[in-house]
Amino acid sequence: MLHLISGAWHWSISGLVIALVMFLLLYAGKEFGVSSNLRTFCTIAGAGERHKFFAIDWRAQQWNIVFVAGAVIGGFIAYFLLPNPEPVTVSPETVDYLQTIGIGAPGSTPGFSSYVPAELFTLDELFTLRGFLMAVGGGFLIGFGSRWAGGCTSGHAISGLANLQLPSLIAVVGFFIGGLLMSWILLPFIIQL
Amino acid sequence: MRYLTYLLIGILFGIVMTKSEAVSWFRIQEMFRFESFHMYGIIGTAVVVGAVGVFLAKRLGWKTVDGAEWSLQPKAFSVPRYLYGGIIFGLGWALTGACPGPMFTLLGQGIWMILVVIISATLGTYTYGVLRDRLPH
Repeated sequence: MLHLISGAWHWSISGLVIALVMFLLLYAGKEFGVSSNLRTFCTIAGAGERHKFFAIDWRAQQWNIVFVAGAVIGGFIAYFLLPNPEPVTVSPETVDYLQTIGIGAPGSTPGFSSYVPAELFTLDELFTLRGFLMAVGGGFLIGFGSRWAGGCTSGHAISGLANLQLPSLIAVVGFFIGGLLMSWILLPFIIQL
Repeated sequence: MRYLTYLLIGILFGIVMTKSEAVSWFRIQEMFRFESFHMYGIIGTAVVVGAVGVFLAKRLGWKTVDGAEWSLQPKAFSVPRYLYGGIIFGLGWALTGACPGPMFTLLGQGIWMILVVIISATLGTYTYGVLRDRLPH
């Protein structure tokens, strides 16, 4: 029984559980949107005194911070307590391509998570130009872009599309324009740095 | 007690993000390179099941646990903020291989570098808040 849970889940089961998470939050009277927490962090840090965009009652957003704290714990449980004996398996085409730009296959670095490449995600990489650009630059783009667009994957691609919102479809088209530009054109260049 | 419920829903979310491998940088590259159906299957299933549920909730007048309407307000229509904001977000998503949900989930795996991504994303949101009035919406 446990091996059914610890292995990689089929996409249909995964999608179903994500929809369940959204319904549980809607039933609780909330909405599914993770990037809003970044705004709440700014408010808690005192940004509301200088900029009205952050002058919100952060206590009303506490539930969402508890939700992401749960996501951290869920990541811990899924990775350490229900470990998948197999590394992440992506298509051979993706593995071959990534090798041509200097990223090894998932699980190729012993002792490091197979979910992310050690070539970018070890702490030492922060002190390389490419690692710095990935973490600091990439993080900045995520935080800036998601708030400008009014949501991220959870708020637009899942909740927004499920509610048939045209603005969310435009946002998702934007996500893909940016994502394709990065994956196909900019990423090979950044990884060489 | 209510907070314990949000914590448990969050734990379920962290587990499904990990076990679906949606938190994997490799899976995001695979998706943007159109080399597997996996991520499209996950998002597609969630959207279709979600749409059916939202349709039923509206049609049958399902209420929240407190008896209120579900929080399903329509989003104000415009193009620039969704398109430009979306493109910037997409650039960051494909570079880090993580959107906000996975950022937090990966922290639970002990990928400490992702903490820098979270802090930088918070600064990105702060910068948006500062520049907001000067950006097209």
